[in-house]
Amino acid sequence: MTQGLTIAFLIAAVLFCLYRVARGPSLPDRVVGLDLLSSVTVGFIAVYAVVSGEIIYIDVAMVLALIAFLGTVAFAYFIEKGGMPWRKT
Amino acid sequence: MAQNLSAFLMFFGALLMFIAALGVARMPDLFTRMHSSTKSATLGVGFIMLGAAFHFGEIGMTMRAVAIIVFIFLTAPVAAHMLGRAAYFAGVPLWEGTLSDALRGHYDRRTHRLINDEKIEEQLFEGENGR
Repeated sequence: MTQGLTIAFLIAAVLFCLYRVARGPSLPDRVVGLDLLSSVTVGFIAVYAVVSGEIIYIDVAMVLALIAFLGTVAFAYFIEKGGMPWRKT
Repeated sequence: MAQNLSAFLMFFGALLMFIAALGVARMPDLFTRMHSSTKSATLGVGFIMLGAAFHFGEIGMTMRAVAIIVFIFLTAPVAAHMLGRAAYFAGVPLWEGTLSDALRGHYDRRTHRLINDEKIEEQLFEGENGR
């Protein structure tokens, strides 16, 4: 029962993140959506590890947390250095 | 007992993540969206990892959960700060209801540094040349 509610909330969170990634008016909005999506995915993998009873999935969550931080920092670096050249003004 | 505690912790973490995603979808502005997402998503991952650690109850699982929690608590503020700074310099528009922008005029738009820092550096440079 509680597990079902947990997974339902996480799926709703993933859908809201995807809405922001698809809709977001500017590039940093989409990057914020992707960042939150990676955090939600780390939590989702941990919940799945508990549901399936396999500890090994926690390692996947750890690696995903590392990679997601690198991705967000790379996006931020290129936005700061390159700006958003397709914008007017 | 441990199972109930674990289920409650994971449910609370998922609820926090849902609130974070709701804020990201509904807030009017990039910076309010970041305010919503960063803090509560970090706390949500922490609670879910604590719940998983209580569920398995092994030393290896607990160490992994603590490692993930420490890593996310260290990196999430850094990533959010870099992204917010980059977005501010890239000229992302603020919400029309914004009351004040405390950074306006304090940054050089071209070099991305504080104006007071540059004045101090110029003074130091002139002082060195004068001697």
